[in-house]
Amino acid sequence: MLSEIAFYGALETGLIYGLVAFGIYLSFRVLDFPDLTVDGSFPLGAAVAAVLILAGWNPWFATGMAVLAGMAAGAVTAILNVKLNILNLLASILTMIALYSVNLRIMGRPNLALLTEETVLTPWYDLGLSFHQVPVVLFVIVVLVALILLWRFMKSETGLAMRATGANARMARAQGIATGGMIILGVALSNGLVGLAGALFAQSQGAADVTMGVGVIVIGLASLIGGEAVITPTSVVRALIACVIGAIMYRLAIAFALNADVLGLQAQDLNLITAVLVTLAIVLPGVRSNLTSRFSRNKA
Amino acid sequence: MISATDLTLTFGKGTPLENPALRGMSLTVNQGEFVTVIGSNGAGKSTFLNALAGEVLVDSGQIIVDGMDVTRLSTHKRAGQVARVFQDPLAGTCEGLTIEENLALAIKRGQLRGLTSAVKKQYLGQFRDSLSSLKLGLENRLGDKMGLLSGGQRQAVSLLMASLTPSSILLLDEHTAALDPKTAAFVLDLTEKIIDERKLTALMVTHSMKQALEVGSRTVMLHQGQVVFDIAGKDREGMEVKDLLGLFEKQRGLEVDDDSLLLG
Repeated sequence: MLSEIAFYGALETGLIYGLVAFGIYLSFRVLDFPDLTVDGSFPLGAAVAAVLILAGWNPWFATGMAVLAGMAAGAVTAILNVKLNILNLLASILTMIALYSVNLRIMGRPNLALLTEETVLTPWYDLGLSFHQVPVVLFVIVVLVALILLWRFMKSETGLAMRATGANARMARAQGIATGGMIILGVALSNGLVGLAGALFAQSQGAADVTMGVGVIVIGLASLIGGEAVITPTSVVRALIACVIGAIMYRLAIAFALNADVLGLQAQDLNLITAVLVTLAIVLPGVRSNLTSRFSRNKA
Repeated sequence: MISATDLTLTFGKGTPLENPALRGMSLTVNQGEFVTVIGSNGAGKSTFLNALAGEVLVDSGQIIVDGMDVTRLSTHKRAGQVARVFQDPLAGTCEGLTIEENLALAIKRGQLRGLTSAVKKQYLGQFRDSLSSLKLGLENRLGDKMGLLSGGQRQAVSLLMASLTPSSILLLDEHTAALDPKTAAFVLDLTEKIIDERKLTALMVTHSMKQALEVGSRTVMLHQGQVVFDIAGKDREGMEVKDLLGLFEKQRGLEVDDDSLLLG
């Protein structure tokens, strides 16, 4: 079984990856824009927040700057696609690879420790909660606020225009929507959320590392697809809740897999497990509908 | 008023697949006119409509809508003046959005969109009224996903969306072609009713010569990227499909003669 520490740890990272899943929902689902920039904007958010906190900034302002940095990274990807007509996937790979250098430049070295610094979590330790509950409580609040803001945005005139852009670009243009502008705004917002996730991750883990973004896209997708398998995303709010549930489920599944000694899995197997989980999450719903259609055909 | 002057457009210029779609097309549509456009495949009907809407930019020529030169403006910047219904019933609406969300998108056509709620309470009465005029019972299904509707219902809603806010011209691109005959007749009736009620200026592409003569107030035939004839008023009254066919054959015959002159 899971220890209490492992359980809260899974919740904590699960909530952070819930923010990543929001971002991936925006790009992959709303805009139909396969965006891999997140592998670079996650450590970018971490790097910006870490450097500013070490420079003595208020941790919330530092986190805000991390969001802006993430948005800028997303905007670069979208502009490469919209204005320079580079294929969306390739544009995001270009930005992602460029961000590796940028992140090293920002930090000045491969990693920065934050263990002794004041972070957004510091004041919460005085509230009498256990050490492992603090990040969970704070991140639940952050995720809830992000969820409500995103939901309201999606229901707004601009948000609706963004959804139309991803669903039917030709129709959106005919309704006077500047689809290029919507893609830039949406991918920027998406990466802003991922930058936020990176900043919070660095503060809760006590360090920013240039390699911490590797595979974030896959984890985010795993959360998104897993969540959608549990909660059918028939509305925006359900889709957003699915992102959070999926991310927490994913982290709990990983924690169980690593804690179950019988399986003999170790921490270095993480990425392999992730890839297997994502593959299953993508393939299983298809298999299920395939089976049901085969059965119904037999009946008929 | 909308006027296109001497439009030319060649697809795939400089390649072996070079295809001149518009070759000096000129047409002026006056306020309140309902023009039907016919022509064989490849005559440039759809390209002409796309050029008016801004989906393709012409190589040369000029497009003026209500005194404003829109020749180089992209689709979304013209959307305030140009409303459109596509041939594909699935193209004019978003199936993943609800009926009220689709209408809310259309009610802001060509206007700035802000951060206030898209589906506002004050719109709902208007949405219900216009939907009930379709007599499809859609006024009670505002929250349903567009994808649940049939092709004909979706095309009817597309038409409604195009007429929800005023426009200088309504472009209809064979919008009944993909529907079964009964539904097509229903959508065509609805089109005439809406255009008549709101005194819209419209341009309708059709494949049916009968439809081209029966509907609207003026008929234009395109051939090889140009207007080959343009009839309205008395000349058009009492005209039958065979007369139109005669005119068409005559035009085609002339083309052939031209070619033989060139080759000879």
